[in-house]
Amino acid sequence: MLQTRLPDAVGIGFKRAHFDALRTTKNTLGFLEVHAENYMGAGGPSHAQLAALRTDYALSIHGVGLSIGGAGPLDAVHLKRLAALCDRYQPESFSEHLAWSSHDNAFLNDLLPLPYDDETLSTVCDHIDCLQDVIARPMLLENPSTYVTFETSTLAETDFLTAVAKRTGCGLLLDINNVFVSCTNHRADPRAYLADFPLHAMGEIHLGGHDAEDLPSGPLLIDSHGTPVADPVWALYAETIAHTGPRPTLIEWDTDVPDLSVLLAEADCAAGILDGVRHALAS
Amino acid sequence: MGCAMHLHRDTQAAFRAALSTQDVPPGITAVGDLARRFSVYRNTVMHSLTDALVQRFPVVQRIVGRAFFSATAKVFVVNHPPSSPIIQAYGTDFPNFLATFPPAAGLPYLPDVALIEVLRGQAYHAADATPMSPDTFRSAITMAPEDAVLTLHPALRLATSEHPAMSVWRMNQSGMTPSTVDPGPEAALIFRRADNVIVMPVPFDAADIVAKLAMGVPLGVVARDTPPDKLSRSIATLLSHGLIVGVDHPQA
Repeated sequence: MLQTRLPDAVGIGFKRAHFDALRTTKNTLGFLEVHAENYMGAGGPSHAQLAALRTDYALSIHGVGLSIGGAGPLDAVHLKRLAALCDRYQPESFSEHLAWSSHDNAFLNDLLPLPYDDETLSTVCDHIDCLQDVIARPMLLENPSTYVTFETSTLAETDFLTAVAKRTGCGLLLDINNVFVSCTNHRADPRAYLADFPLHAMGEIHLGGHDAEDLPSGPLLIDSHGTPVADPVWALYAETIAHTGPRPTLIEWDTDVPDLSVLLAEADCAAGILDGVRHALAS
Repeated sequence: MGCAMHLHRDTQAAFRAALSTQDVPPGITAVGDLARRFSVYRNTVMHSLTDALVQRFPVVQRIVGRAFFSATAKVFVVNHPPSSPIIQAYGTDFPNFLATFPPAAGLPYLPDVALIEVLRGQAYHAADATPMSPDTFRSAITMAPEDAVLTLHPALRLATSEHPAMSVWRMNQSGMTPSTVDPGPEAALIFRRADNVIVMPVPFDAADIVAKLAMGVPLGVVARDTPPDKLSRSIATLLSHGLIVGVDHPQA
């Protein structure tokens, strides 16, 4: 089963401020990605813009609020909204996060971590089965950036993701910035993580920026999506793509959003890496 | 096994609780500086939710200043966290909260300014509908104008205030210089025009007429206690802004 129909090209996260520029600027973007929760109003300019862009670009809908890693059941109302959105826009891909964000009816608006053990594995798989059933399409699950770990974890994150993909048939969204952030924070080797990551299930790659702070215990990297992609992340991206061949790749920039030209320059950088691999494979 | 199956719920509850305190939840580890590393989550939750309020209430922030707004938003986030992941809808209760928030008591118009911002957000995301042209409208009501019930545009909102909240809102747009305003009540229609949301001041009696029409009161009933010229002027205003989208004759 193909978990994504996105082209093996580079896309960017769509921001409202870029609408006019995107319509008039010539670009080679392969797709746009939007956050599902920003398009859950009944109508108005948001939907008009997305409908207009949909005619020109492949679309990835990226959920940020379902709380797939939550202990409780998924929000049935929110599931229906996601299904309606997928039905309306027929995206080439739908993705969500390995994280939780709701607890006891409070939505915390952050992607919070979970322990990796048999209990959470079966909870996450049940939630993904349920989601894929309701939206009637396979999803991609994204690896998180984390700042702490749980003493009760019995599985490595990569083993957890491998098991989820195998049990549910979902694909994976590999956020290479998240890999670099988490591995740096936990003094782990991002290359070892990527070697263990089930790349055969990877349907999309995310690249974004992070902030850094020096602590006595070592660097603290924070996934902020407000800066250019860092050099070590570009290097890991190039190595991954060399291994898998070109895959759909997204440039994420969610805070302090710059001019479209800045995002397009980042996208060009990724496209250059993709093209290099494409040529190397062809020769 | 029976106990183990509830472990994640307990872990999550402890994690959630620690987001609201200065503690680190049990069972959490890091390579060092655990409290600082855990605090990334606490800070992100608070920052992302207060920032959602900054996005939704820019005029309130401009009036009270960044520091006051930030402190107020934090109290609101702790006591009224969102219940829905649709974060653009967060803060619907913020006007009511401001009305009972003692530090804001010196600005009695502030809750109504916040309400304008709530209504503007609702208008922006409300459903689309096709306006009736004046000609279509006239032919639709010709047969039995007394019984006609209008359907107004789903993005139309009506704001009324005991204070000059619309004037305060208007003069605190970016690029405007606030000055003194006349005290007294104000009303406004809030609606979409193309990609923008318009806040249009209207006289109180016009607001009253629109409120009745919006509730589905038949034209003939509205006309009973409204001077004919005022009713026709209100309908003309609604038509000219594309705010009448249907006419029914439920009595027919």
